[in-house]
Amino acid sequence: MIRVEGLQKSFGEVEVLKGIDFTFETGKNNLIIGKSGAGKTVLLKNLVGLFAPTKGEIYYNDLKFSSLDRKQIQELRMQMGMLFQGNALFDSMTVEENIRFPLDMFSTKTMKEKQDRVNYCLERVSLEGSNHKYPSEISGGMQKRVGIARAIVLNPKYLFCDEPNSGLDPKTAITIDELISDITKEFNITTVINTHDMNSVMEIGENICLLEKGKLAWQGSNQEVLSNGNDILHDFIFASPFLKRLKDQAISKQ
Amino acid sequence: MLGHLLNSEKSVFYHLGRFVGWHTKIFSKPENWRMYYKEIIRQMYDIGIGSLTIVTIISIFIGAVTAIQFSYQLSDSFLPDFYIGYVVRDMMIIELAVTFTSLVLAGKVGSNMAAEIGGMRQKEHIDAMELMGVNTSAYVVMPKILAGLIVIPMLVSVSAIVGIGGGYFASVWGGIISEADYIKGLRSFFIPWNVVMMYVKAIVFAYIITSVSCYQGYFVKGGSIELGQASTRAVVYSDILILIADFIIAIILTS
Repeated sequence: MIRVEGLQKSFGEVEVLKGIDFTFETGKNNLIIGKSGAGKTVLLKNLVGLFAPTKGEIYYNDLKFSSLDRKQIQELRMQMGMLFQGNALFDSMTVEENIRFPLDMFSTKTMKEKQDRVNYCLERVSLEGSNHKYPSEISGGMQKRVGIARAIVLNPKYLFCDEPNSGLDPKTAITIDELISDITKEFNITTVINTHDMNSVMEIGENICLLEKGKLAWQGSNQEVLSNGNDILHDFIFASPFLKRLKDQAISKQ
Repeated sequence: MLGHLLNSEKSVFYHLGRFVGWHTKIFSKPENWRMYYKEIIRQMYDIGIGSLTIVTIISIFIGAVTAIQFSYQLSDSFLPDFYIGYVVRDMMIIELAVTFTSLVLAGKVGSNMAAEIGGMRQKEHIDAMELMGVNTSAYVVMPKILAGLIVIPMLVSVSAIVGIGGGYFASVWGGIISEADYIKGLRSFFIPWNVVMMYVKAIVFAYIITSVSCYQGYFVKGGSIELGQASTRAVVYSDILILIADFIIAIILTS
């Protein structure tokens, strides 16, 4: 569980996050949604410690992030996995080397044990046999899956995904969503997903945080989206005329 | 006013403070020595083998030009011809090998390091490593600095030897002096301290090239234009600092 209390973040004069209170729950797909510039990425980067909050606190279970020393932060980070928007795969390394990198750096396992773990992670993301390919030799969807495999190789407690569906076709995007959701349930991870994708919101959004101009505008689950009358939420989710028509049809059927 | 001067990213004091403070992170204990060792070897190969050809070509011509120009200066004097060998040797050892090699390496290796690290920053590779718990200042930068400190003095040695060889080809094969005179010059008035001076300079210059270039790449912000600017700054600042350090070391070690 990750708890955020009164989180504020400013860059010079510009106040991006204006006091966010939210709890990201364990074993659930926690989604951060909102328009471009709402502060989603800044919130995510604060959660993982790449940005320091201007004010407010972040708690990992009962650990107060701001009170941790460098070694404790390093230990906490070893419990985190992150899938980056651009995948952040190391170009000069093969798929296998990319996934093995955290193990090589931190684990005292034998080469055979590391190899088994890498193969397991590759199998888990359905990429068996891609060990020796380079990131440039595989598709965008496969790169995302390699990114997920690398993120889970150290058995993280927290999984962060920044726009996991960006640049993917709708079918591959669904596959990636399902994979992230399955992994979250299987390993009981606290998963935080930063997304624009409405399909993700409706399919896997168990705990949703809607940001609007740096403030928490709505929170709830995908089950509550249709029944809730929040205008900001509806403007965001059903932004296109097509989706608005679908929503109206769904409501009229109810 | 003073606060603005120290905190503004345009202030030289801001960068100086950040550069100095950054060193505590660079030289902290590695997470895994084996991974650092592998990275140091890779960097040594990149810097050393990758720069050997350009250093060799430049050194041959520097030695050759020094020999020809000194013989031209000698032509109206009463100094003996073997002085050409002596002057080429000392010029290469004391100044030309180390300074020219370092200036060339600042262009080749320095810009490459800044672009590589800056690219890693922009592609979020550095963020990804940080999130894994890796001290990126140490893992990305320290191997480059250590590899530079080991390999650049070696390249300078190669440059000095090849430059002296270049002087030999130009003056002996060019018919300016005899082989015996050139060899006699090489063996005359040798001061071992000059070699120490060359290595002191090589180590200091190696540190300047690697640390300044890595700093420019590591803290890059923005897109490809900013990355290009960082790469250019790495070369320009390294070159200026090398020349200033050269002057200071010359004063200290020859006084």
